[in-house]
Amino acid sequence: MDDLMSVVDWSRAQFALTAMYHWLFVPLTLGISVIVAIMETIYFRTRSERWLAITKFWMTLFGVNFAIGVATGIILEFEFGTNWSNYSWFVGDIFGAPLAIEGILAFFMESTFIAVMFFGWKKVSPAFHLTATWLTALGATLSAMWILIANAWMQYPVGMEFDPDQMRNVMVSFFDVVLSPVAIHKFFHTVLSGWVLASVFVIGVSCWFLLKKRNSDMAMRSIKVAGWVGLFGLLITLWTGDGSAVDVARVQPMKLAAMEGLNHGKCGQEIIAFGILNPSWSPESQEDEFLVKIAIPKGLSLLANHDINSFVPGISDLVDGIELTQTGDTVHTVSYADRIAIGRTAHEALRAYDTASLAGDSQAMDSAAAVLKANYKYFGYGYLDSPQEAIPPVGVTFYAFHLMVTFGGYLLLFLAAMLLFAYKMPQMLSRPWVLWIGMLSIAAVYICSECGWMTAEFGRQPWIIESIMPTKAAISSISTSTVVITFSLFALVFTGLLIAEVGIMLRQISKGSKTNYELLKD
Amino acid sequence: MQQVKRKPLPVRIFRFYVDGFKAMTVGRYLWAIILIKLFIIFFVLKLFFFPNILNRDYDNDADRASAVRRSMLDPARH
Repeated sequence: MDDLMSVVDWSRAQFALTAMYHWLFVPLTLGISVIVAIMETIYFRTRSERWLAITKFWMTLFGVNFAIGVATGIILEFEFGTNWSNYSWFVGDIFGAPLAIEGILAFFMESTFIAVMFFGWKKVSPAFHLTATWLTALGATLSAMWILIANAWMQYPVGMEFDPDQMRNVMVSFFDVVLSPVAIHKFFHTVLSGWVLASVFVIGVSCWFLLKKRNSDMAMRSIKVAGWVGLFGLLITLWTGDGSAVDVARVQPMKLAAMEGLNHGKCGQEIIAFGILNPSWSPESQEDEFLVKIAIPKGLSLLANHDINSFVPGISDLVDGIELTQTGDTVHTVSYADRIAIGRTAHEALRAYDTASLAGDSQAMDSAAAVLKANYKYFGYGYLDSPQEAIPPVGVTFYAFHLMVTFGGYLLLFLAAMLLFAYKMPQMLSRPWVLWIGMLSIAAVYICSECGWMTAEFGRQPWIIESIMPTKAAISSISTSTVVITFSLFALVFTGLLIAEVGIMLRQISKGSKTNYELLKD
Repeated sequence: MQQVKRKPLPVRIFRFYVDGFKAMTVGRYLWAIILIKLFIIFFVLKLFFFPNILNRDYDNDADRASAVRRSMLDPARH
């Protein structure tokens, strides 16, 4: 068991490492492709040489990021086949189909249209070139969509039935998988957050130009375009974040409780605006969850249920299977101890099915399959030794969520201020402290973006598929040493790639616009 | 007036890419990085460290399903 947990922990660390590095490149690609497309559209409409130069400058940075980041996601798919083979088999075509579509789209759309973007300036008409630029942005977005659908299914498994003969979940409704509310919110929340990240990147780099007093006109125009894209993206991100919170409250209430460090909920539950968790607190202890906290009354009830007086369950409430009505009456739901018992019944049924299958007893197979189906909802709980095992790591989930929200709020103010400065108070964009804030905000937006994923992925532990498969059941029978070696290799390769990206990017930025921008006609 | 004969589409696409690569500046470094990266990913990592365990160890889907069933019902995981 210790060996197994060691492989699980190392494999999780490896997956987290590769996913987080991959996510450094992806949101910038998603957002900057749209910003470049908008800039080229302005050039197409005005035929201004300056807008052409601006478009080409940001397109070069897009190219650097795309080139360094491309194929880093493939490694995640390798890990599925090697480290997580039980999982890969168990999810069957539900996970495979979206990933296959993503691969085809990514290859054909992006590789074709990116080539036109970079090689086609003098080879194709301006209208064709502009179309290729927009299709590159669309291709990147569609690629992301399929990955996010697959991830959403892991958080909220719908549209499938388990086939004990194949040992696979078989898709019975493609549309239930693709159009689940979790998938829709996750798609818009994630992709639009990429727009925000890229906008802040463009503004930050533009601030550097303003600080150096170079290509100032290009920088001001870039800030205006990126400011609008970022503000629009952030408002949609907030809106879909609200939708995601409602989804989490409904389908992953334990994650919501961990995000808020909430042990015992109540009707009209407050939300923590700022808090420091009590390190000696545990769900079984009688101590307070927080050493310090600033809370907004009824905020969590509003966020989770759009009803300020609704009940939001805490960790212990969920474990015990207790909910309250608005009048304070107790309602008993399925406690985690009961879920474990149901899960074990499902496991016994699967064993019985296996035995009957080997004996060729079709009647016994049917009977076992019926028991399995009736108890499958909590199949994953059968792996847990105690209800406490179903509680995610509260500390990291809480802090990741609150850092994301805090930085998200800051970015809203930042983007609004930058637009105000660019249009109405340009003198503010000559003040070094403002420009330094602009540059440092690039770090803030990356932290915000990574924290979003950390909230989603730590918060759903111990599940790899919510309620159906815990991570320890998903792992392959491989040695820990193999995973440690590949973990180290990845850390080395990805750090090298990141250094290369930052180096090339900085060199390109320091060159500025390739043409003598100030002499160009507007 | 003599009409210039257009080359076939596949030839024009091929020339489009060749000319594009030849005209690249920063792109040369990027392509070097991409090629080294793809080599490491597919010829080192995939080949030596990331076999598809089930495809490697079992010949058909029925055997793979049995292996996953045994593994998932293994008491060590409970």
